Parts: sequence; C-alpha cells; structure tokens
Amino acid sequence: MCLGIPGQVIDLGEVDGVVMGTVDFGGVRKQACLEYVPGIRVGEYVIIHVGFAISRVDEDEAQRTLDVLQAMGDAVAAELGEPLPVRPSAEALDDR
Amino acid sequence: MKYLDEYRDPSLARRLLDELCATATRPWTVMEVCGGQTHTIVRQGIDELLPAGIRMIHGPGCPVCVTPLEILDKAQAIAAMPGVLFTSFGDMLRVPGSRTDLLALRARGADVRVVYSPLEAVRLAQANPDRHVVFLAVGFETTAPANAMAVLHASALGISNFSILVSHVLVPPAITAILAAPDCQVQAFLAAGHVCAVMGWTEYEPIAARYRVPIVVTGFEPLDLLEGILMAVRQLETGRAAVENQYVRAVRRTGNAEAQDAIRRVFTIADRRWRGIGTIAESGLVLAEEFAAFDAEHRFGVESLAATESPLCIAGDILTGTKVPTECAAYGALCTPRSPLGAPMVSAEGTCAAFYAAGRRRQVQRLATASDGGAT
Repeated sequence: MCLGIPGQVIDLGEVDGVVMGTVDFGGVRKQACLEYVPGIRVGEYVIIHVGFAISRVDEDEAQRTLDVLQAMGDAVAAELGEPLPVRPSAEALDDR
Repeated sequence: MKYLDEYRDPSLARRLLDELCATATRPWTVMEVCGGQTHTIVRQGIDELLPAGIRMIHGPGCPVCVTPLEILDKAQAIAAMPGVLFTSFGDMLRVPGSRTDLLALRARGADVRVVYSPLEAVRLAQANPDRHVVFLAVGFETTAPANAMAVLHASALGISNFSILVSHVLVPPAITAILAAPDCQVQAFLAAGHVCAVMGWTEYEPIAARYRVPIVVTGFEPLDLLEGILMAVRQLETGRAAVENQYVRAVRRTGNAEAQDAIRRVFTIADRRWRGIGTIAESGLVLAEEFAAFDAEHRFGVESLAATESPLCIAGDILTGTKVPTECAAYGALCTPRSPLGAPMVSAEGTCAAFYAAGRRRQVQRLATASDGGAT
C-alpha cells in the first residue's frame, strides 16, 4: 500500500479549491492531488501515493545516488585488484 | 520510466552485493518495516543473495495485514447497511473478516466500490447525495495525508453524507515496541522511505540513540534496499547507531510540512490494536474531536463489535521475526492467499503472501514433493 511511484507533472489546476494535476508514469497518466507539494511546476517529478503527491523527487540527488553506486564498484575493484567473484544465485536479480 | 529502471540495474546491484560481502565480517540481523520493501526483498530474492549471516526480518509493515479483524467486521457491517455506498482501496476487498469479505458482500448486493484515492470517495458523496459514502481509511503515515485531505475537503464543501472508518497506524511506536521486547533479535532497521517522505526522520533519532540501533531511511527499488542494508551493516560494523538517509532523492529530514499539518488537524494520536501483535500504546490515529461527525464507527454504531483470530495463525511470531512463514504448519496448506487464516497472508505485501508468491515452500513440503515438481 505504501508503494508510491515517481511520475512527471504534465499539467496542474484547481478543482473545488484543491490543487490537482495530471501526472505521467512512463506513458500512463493519472490525476493526482498536488496540495502537499506547493509551488510544484510542470515538468518536475513527484512521488505519487494513493492519488497524492507526497514528495518531490530531487533529480540531482537521484543521479548522484546512481553515480555513487557506480563509483563504489570501481572502488571495490581498485581495492582488491579485481571484482569480487559473482555469487551464482545473484542471477535472480537479472530477471527484472 | 525515469528513476525506476535506473534503480533496478542488475550490474549496480552486483556491485552493492560485492561491497556488502567485503564489509560484513560477522552475522547481523536487520528488519524492514514496510510491506513494499518486503515484497521487493522476497520477490527479488535479495534476502537470499546477502552474504552469509546477514539476515532480514520482515516486520509489521503491511497496513492491510495489521488492520485488526474487528475493523474488517465493522467495515462489512456498515457496507451491508441500506443506503450505504462503501469505498476502499482495492487491496482491502479480499481481506477476510470473521465470516466473509467485502467482495463476497458485493456479490450479495452491497454497493462496495474500489477507489484509487480517498478524494474519489468524496466525489462519490457529492454525486450521490441520497446515499451515505464511507471510506475505509487504513494505512501508515503515507496514507494519512490523503485521508486527512478527504475529510478537510468534505468539511470545506459541507458534505454531510461522507464518513471514514479509521484504522491508521504509526511506524515509530511499532519499532519501539519491537526493540523493547525482551527477545528482540533486531540489530538495525530500514525505515520505510515513503513514511519518512511524509514524516521526516526526526522521530527516529531518539529511538536510534536510546536503543543503540542504526536506522536507515530506505527506498523501494532493489538498489535502494541493497544500499540501505549496506549502510546499516557499515554502521553495525563500526559500532555506530545513527539515523541515515539512503532515499535522498525523496526524503528530507523534516519531511513534508504541509502533509504533517493536515494530519495534525484531522487526527489525534491514540492507542491502536495491530493484527497479530496486539495493542501498542499511542501507535495509531483517530479523528480529532472537531471532525467527529466524519467517524463512520460512531455514525453507524459499530464501536463495540469484537472479533477472535484463528488459533492456528502464528502472525505474531512472523511479524516480530521469531519465525519465518515456512516454519508455520498452516502455511501453504490451510493458509494460502486465496484462503488466508491470518494477517501476513492477506495482502501481497504481507510476509507470508510474499513468500507464497515467490514459491517458497515449507521444509517438509519441499522434501515430500521433490519428486513431483513441488507443486502445491
């Protein structure tokens, strides 16, 4: 139930005094309440949970996390001289 | 989809696992308290990929699962009343109460509808002034702002044919209850990312300090979970016990101020019963006095309904990590997602249901059915 997913705000306006907007989830579009992300602008990313934006997605932070993870593997390889051996069951992660 | 696919990159996941192998020098036990995280961990087999000795316990993080049986009975009692249009998130419809579920009631003629957002329920009330619309308001702090807005909106518009049946629970009191238990095995927690997106993590700082337990605010994608576990293990290995934030792209320390304001206006904190665990002090939300008119329990006079759980279900042991589902005699036999006996089997985010969906079998079953393909 707590699975919110990131989506991009496509448009916004007011319905019965409540700020609502269209949010695009990779092609699927839904109406969502944007009251809890005041000042949000078209094009920005939000996390939507049960039809409500509960948080902005910080694009710089999203990219920085990925960069850190990318660099981490390089650090392991640099420290050990080679990557750690792949555990056979790790293939399970490839199915998604 | 941006910010989804990137956080599912298998090559980055392998790097995180390698780093975790290089970091962990001894056994550690980590608990996540979020059904979404449990689902990803079990579905992706993350718990089985971790270095030997790093154990994940799946805590009471599924709101559907921890909703007490009597709330389900109350929901059904209200839904069966004439003139009622009962609304709920889809995942509550199949959850059995003492005798039946909302889906079966609908088949027998009750007007039970699934809504995506509680605001839809308010709109149904606007569109059906001759009916009374009830919304089943369950969930953690993630769902509370949405339900609060529904009440505020209905109140502002003067809609009197709308009410909510509230069974809201809060994460920090549950974590405290788990840590305070004498047989607590949990050494670190992953805090639920979206709960913290709303509430921030200041509530967790005194818990980390008092119980000397690392708490890492963690997201929901496989990479988030692996990094969250790694951050927790790093703290454990270096003897630190702080609150850290893995989910920086969505969570700020003080959370979402507007959402918290709405929750505080509409709800007050009260004791709550958790299915499979029992009552935890100050662990839930009830409607504030000002909004008592929106309380469906009171409006329909169902406050005193009580219910009894199946004695075969070991939900309490599952939710506190004392046992895993495959150790339960009823798992996969008497208790399945189609016919659940207790809390953790009722929703896809429950530990037992997640194990079942991932095809994990009871030890005895695996031995007994090894020759016929292991089907149950």
